[in-house]
Amino acid sequence: MPSNRSVSDAPITQFVNCRILRDHKLQREDLWVREGRILDPEKLFFDEQGYADNRVDCEGNIISPGFIDVQINGGHGVDFSQASEDVGRGVSIVAKKILEDGVTSFCPTLVTSPYAVYHKVLPQVKVHNGGHHGAGVLGFHVEGPFISVEKRGAHPEQYLRSFQSGGFEDLMEAYGSLDNVAMVTLAPELAGSQSVVRELCRRGITVSLGHSVANLSQAEDAVKHGASFITHLFNAMLPFHHRDPGIVGLLTSDQVPAGRRVFYGMIADGIHTNPAALRIAHRAHPSGLVLVTDAIAAMGLPPGRHTLGQQVIEIHGLHAHIAGTKTLSGSIATMDMCVRHFKQATGCSVEEALEAASLHPAQLLGISHRKGNLDYGSDADLTLCDDALNIKATYISGEEVWRKQP
Amino acid sequence: MRLVILENYDLASEWAAKYIRNRIVQFKPSADRYFTLGLPTGSTPYGCYQKLIEYHRSGDISFKYVKTFNMDEYVGLPRAHPESYHSYMWNNFFKHIDIDPANAHILDGNAENLEAECQAFEQKITEAGGIQLFVGGIGPDGHIAFNEPGSSLVSRTRVKTLAKDTIVANARFFDNDLSRVPTMALTVGVGTVMDAKEVMILITGAHKAFALYKAIEEGVNHMWTVSAFQQHPHTIFVCDEDATLELRVKTVKYFKDAV
Repeated sequence: MPSNRSVSDAPITQFVNCRILRDHKLQREDLWVREGRILDPEKLFFDEQGYADNRVDCEGNIISPGFIDVQINGGHGVDFSQASEDVGRGVSIVAKKILEDGVTSFCPTLVTSPYAVYHKVLPQVKVHNGGHHGAGVLGFHVEGPFISVEKRGAHPEQYLRSFQSGGFEDLMEAYGSLDNVAMVTLAPELAGSQSVVRELCRRGITVSLGHSVANLSQAEDAVKHGASFITHLFNAMLPFHHRDPGIVGLLTSDQVPAGRRVFYGMIADGIHTNPAALRIAHRAHPSGLVLVTDAIAAMGLPPGRHTLGQQVIEIHGLHAHIAGTKTLSGSIATMDMCVRHFKQATGCSVEEALEAASLHPAQLLGISHRKGNLDYGSDADLTLCDDALNIKATYISGEEVWRKQP
Repeated sequence: MRLVILENYDLASEWAAKYIRNRIVQFKPSADRYFTLGLPTGSTPYGCYQKLIEYHRSGDISFKYVKTFNMDEYVGLPRAHPESYHSYMWNNFFKHIDIDPANAHILDGNAENLEAECQAFEQKITEAGGIQLFVGGIGPDGHIAFNEPGSSLVSRTRVKTLAKDTIVANARFFDNDLSRVPTMALTVGVGTVMDAKEVMILITGAHKAFALYKAIEEGVNHMWTVSAFQQHPHTIFVCDEDATLELRVKTVKYFKDAV
């Protein structure tokens, strides 16, 4: 048929024989893509009298928005916190590999490190779109060094910092530049943190509370100043107490300013959080749950000893501990494993499980106008999976960037 | 006329869809010779569209060389509104078949100049060689398309104000809020449909029974505009049993035996 398109001559792809996640429901609908974005086929039909140039048969599978991992420290032998000369190369290796897990965008995460590491690493990787080369980088997540000593977890004690006189100046001194930073995790009980939280939010950087001994009112205060995320809920914070729920109490706090939502990261690897605790959090505040891998360099590697930040860790099966201790140092479950485990542990719907890994992180980062959903106009970052949520193929900007070999 | 009576809605829908399919297939449409089809919207033809989609999916029919002309569209309703007839046709028919978008014609209720739009529509029908088969429904007040009671039986495509009956009947699509129902529409005229080579009217449900009675057992009357088709050489009324409830037993027996 002759082309009569008035808006663009770019080729149009129609994904057929699929179920798509839209409006929080899986629907039997075709998905149309043009120039890397999801296209409204009704407008195409009536306004442009256009039709598809190619069709992709999805064989009855599910099309989900691509997963977004906002906490990942490395993988496949790469540790982002290593002060290497070519951090970009390490990020690229991980970016390429995580396509297999359905991840299309991520925030490379740096654990507490000496200033020299931040100054060297942060400028090397800019925010950029994904593609055949790998998942897109949304900006660094710097977890620390402004965190609590008691709840440092696997973070090295000697590099922890507090805010001295200047508050925000101390932060800038530590990181050097915030140009490529999307998220900062800090402990709100540290003196001087309020102005820091405010200034970071003013600059569009997401502030997360974590590795902290804050009580609920300190946490609520931070939220009022703009904090919107909790780093790996339950881990590295005071446990829930019925007279002071601590940071965990944010899930049901009535002090969250109107129109704002507190999100919380969950490492649903079956190890970091008991399934019963995962269920309590999910039931208390389902729309805030964000699945994260918190994956370390060893993700994707065989069992043994590996490096994380400035420390050495040991792997056995799906467990990773600081060498010689019982302290968990991060997980090695992939994002799709987390999605499957989350669904199985909570009994939630497929839609909820997928949204916890796509829509919610996009909403958290304030990018849901173009990512994390299949609305018209959004970036066509997709992951194709079967009903058991095994990843079959991944697309970025409508192009196939990975397909599982039979 | 032919009066085809099927036991229920599903069978009536299937019969109508098969008729349309057979007509198109027998016509053997091609790039030089398109089959032109007039189409309705609403709950009555929904089952028929579902069946046509099924026949298309199983390879029994292609709409590649079919041109369609819808009967009507609301005035002033955004085209993307879920209750616009554009949305209806896209969701319930066009998106499931292989019709060329350039051949799917629906009146534009948001055109700058509504009269010019109506005239252009008539012109497009003429240029397409006229309509082979016009499929329509009937309103509870006996109207065809939006040719409300009192419409001229020789009318052409034009702007019409909707009758109260029609607005009330449509309220269910607008959350039962009468104030949100459009009050005007563009519609093909009775004369426009009469020009078609063949006309097929779908009528199902007890609430349409009285209108059917008025349309085929009483005289030709502009208060029941479907009655105009008594004067068309090739009209088929496809109904379910419930729609015949107001007819004479004699009429029903005659047409049931005639099959």
